[in-house]
Amino acid sequence: MRSTTTEPRNETQIAADPALPTIVITREFDAPPERVFRAFTEPDLVIQWLGPRRLTMRIEEYDARNGGSYRYVHIEDDGTEYGFHGVFHEVRPTERIVQTFTFEGVPDGVSLETATFEDLGGRTRVTIQSLVDSFEARDAIVASGMGDGVREGYERLDDLLSENK
Amino acid sequence: MNDDRLSRVFSALADPTRRDIVARLAAGDATVNTLAEPYDVTLQAVSKHLKVLEGAGLVRRTRDAQRRPCHLEADVFDLMTKWIERYRRAAEDRFRRLDAVLDQMDDSPAAGSRTEGAAS
Repeated sequence: MRSTTTEPRNETQIAADPALPTIVITREFDAPPERVFRAFTEPDLVIQWLGPRRLTMRIEEYDARNGGSYRYVHIEDDGTEYGFHGVFHEVRPTERIVQTFTFEGVPDGVSLETATFEDLGGRTRVTIQSLVDSFEARDAIVASGMGDGVREGYERLDDLLSENK
Repeated sequence: MNDDRLSRVFSALADPTRRDIVARLAAGDATVNTLAEPYDVTLQAVSKHLKVLEGAGLVRRTRDAQRRPCHLEADVFDLMTKWIERYRRAAEDRFRRLDAVLDQMDDSPAAGSRTEGAAS
């Protein structure tokens, strides 16, 4: 099931395969792979964009190299924390990042996230595939995205649109 | 649509024959006999697939006399599309912040530590 729209060229695309418990996100960026790769691996850059806007993010560890591990938390206004952790299976500069991912609210759940960076000549296409361990888990993840969408609302998105254009 | 329902829809569509049945019903209502024609399987097997699709709320069998044609519930697909669209927008929201980060990096390329030294 694919959701695409005829919006600007950089719009995010999502594909949830009915036959495999995967979610594939594709997005293009107006920056070369070297720079996009840094934004994915350097914690002081990662903290600026990863995670829902309404939550504060704290990175406890972000050792983006082969065998390195990471842990970060998103914090609600009332102090509630949501932890995430995993290890970097492979970090291949400017090309590919393979890591495990666990949301600590579901401690037995783990997904394998593969990000690839494709050079489009000064621009970069990023493809992130999440392979989860069951269809139920995948569907729960998609459903959680709906929750975020409701809470953050379209106003936020409009803000960002005017900020970044 | 709750989590369980979404799961049932996704698993119902995990089977290629069922996906094909859905694609054909999208063109119009059809009876079990018509649906079974192109497949090298028994009527019973097709009925079984239809039961799964019915259980997921994707297909409804009307009480139209003896024919009981199968009807595709298009609104379920609309709901799924909406659901995925919300997820897509959450990701897009993140990536628009990443756009801004990448822009700033352009202005100050020395920002940030080197990968090898990250979080050590």
